[in-house]
Amino acid sequence: MNSKEEISVISNSTIYNVEAIRNDFPILQTTVHDNPLVYLDNAATTQKPISVIKEAQKYYSTMNSNIHRGVHALSQVATEAYETARIKIKKFINALGKNEIIFTKGTTESINLVAQSYVRPNLQAGDEVIISQMEHHSNIVPWQLACKEKNAKLKIIPIDDNGDLIFKDFEKLITDRTKFVSVVYASNSLGTINPVKKIIDLAHQNNIPVMLDAAQAVNHLPVDVQDLDCDFLAFSGHKLYGPTGIGILYGKVNLLDSMPPYQGGGDMISKVTFKETTYNELPHKFEAGTPNIAGAIGLGEAIDYISKVGIENISFHEMNLLEYATEAVSDIPSLKIIGTSKEKVSVLSFVLDDVHPHDIGTFLDFEGVAIRTGHHCTQPVMDRYNIPATSRASFAMYNTKAEINVLVNGLKKIIGVFG
Amino acid sequence: MDQELRELYQEVILDHNKSPRNFREMEDSTQDSEGYNPLCGDTIHIYLKINDGIVTDVSFQGSGCAISKASASLMTSAVKGKTKEEAEVVFKNFLDLITGNLGENPNTDKLGKLAVFAGVQEFPVRVKCASLAWHTMKAALDEKETKVTTE
Ligand SMILES: Cc1ncc(COP(=O)(O)O)c(C=O)c1O
Repeated sequence: MNSKEEISVISNSTIYNVEAIRNDFPILQTTVHDNPLVYLDNAATTQKPISVIKEAQKYYSTMNSNIHRGVHALSQVATEAYETARIKIKKFINALGKNEIIFTKGTTESINLVAQSYVRPNLQAGDEVIISQMEHHSNIVPWQLACKEKNAKLKIIPIDDNGDLIFKDFEKLITDRTKFVSVVYASNSLGTINPVKKIIDLAHQNNIPVMLDAAQAVNHLPVDVQDLDCDFLAFSGHKLYGPTGIGILYGKVNLLDSMPPYQGGGDMISKVTFKETTYNELPHKFEAGTPNIAGAIGLGEAIDYISKVGIENISFHEMNLLEYATEAVSDIPSLKIIGTSKEKVSVLSFVLDDVHPHDIGTFLDFEGVAIRTGHHCTQPVMDRYNIPATSRASFAMYNTKAEINVLVNGLKKIIGVFG
Repeated sequence: MDQELRELYQEVILDHNKSPRNFREMEDSTQDSEGYNPLCGDTIHIYLKINDGIVTDVSFQGSGCAISKASASLMTSAVKGKTKEEAEVVFKNFLDLITGNLGENPNTDKLGKLAVFAGVQEFPVRVKCASLAWHTMKAALDEKETKVTTE
């Protein structure tokens, strides 16, 4: 890889050195079928920098103990590290208080928590919840479950051919029975960045709270929950260069306070008798049981790493890659990009005439290229375009134009074999 | 192309993918079944016409990858004209082949053209692509009501 070509000037003062970043990610040295790994499946999960791996290891080798319950030294160190991670996350998304940051397993659990503890108790027969046509299954099924139980209606904001939400249809969907809106900030299968501020403004004018699925946003864009004024926001650590099994639910403190606990158990209580139990204060009320301590600490470290590189710089680099890749595939006549919004994160979903995504995936694997093929847990999106699946390349801070060349050459080879 | 990849995508498979045989709906089928692979969203519909215990016609419709399409296409050729019992034997032999249950150097004579699928056993994630049409055919043979899924 020509490292000179890969050093780009971001602004007058910043140099983005992708080779230096790549050296921080040990897995990028891996070979697959004797080829250097070209990892373009970042929307599924991102790779981890060595600092995150070391931090999780450090927890297990020097502080492993349970948190919030021991008077002994290790427990105090571990508790401190865990709570420090919470503060890093609070700063990262600019929450007002650290008690608005709940550790969960991931986006999926965060959404289920809100569906079960906030929306379900407030839902009456005939009420309505609004989501969009481009949601991940994890922002569909929890609402279906709640709506079905309460005989409420789930309404869908449609998308157009480019993969943009049809905003005027959203306006029409809102009625006086609308109790909640939950939409994806950036789509994992199309890349579309939704006009979430507009959505939130309109919903708030109608006194409707809004949840954002930010699983594909926090890793690409600066996210400020106070500026957005969203009521809830969910994301996963593993898509943010952090560990799996850890994620975040942000909620406005007055809403979180008003909600019953999601799960019962240790840590979430303040006093338990068989007659009555009083709950712990926020955020612990929603963190029943021993949490993923190493995961939380690792996520804190991942956020430090991102802050060091700079989320704006990452964003700029990824937009360069997306533009380059979009241009590079444009001379393949049998290739069609699915998701052509003007506002996109670095996700390139496509179909090839006459070659099924599964075959593309297997072929590219032999070139060392990892992409995702399938419906990406967004089957309604596939139905919208009347396709069973797409191939998806998604770019992260460590990807390069040279890697995109490997992808595009691979695609041309495949067309040669199947054409 | 890599050797292992070439074993998977044999010429016969590429050919059947491009021009699948018996790729049509059947108006006068006596039994049919639908198969679904939730992993990739592939669907397949198998139609059988059985007279006096003999599969006199077989066809399929649906979308899928090269492996699943070629497998369906070759399946239709393999079971056409067979008795129900014979079709079941081919079904079993084919599954043994793609899951590597025929041993190191299998005698694939009895499988005829189907032997081109031997390479699939090296690709565990693709075994379901190759088997979907067959499980669906078996369900149609048995006149099972429920939809077949690979998961
Ligand atoms: C947009 C979006 N929402 C939700 C999820 C679910 O995230 P997780 O599986 O980490 O809970 C994903 C990841 O697959 C996603 O891309």
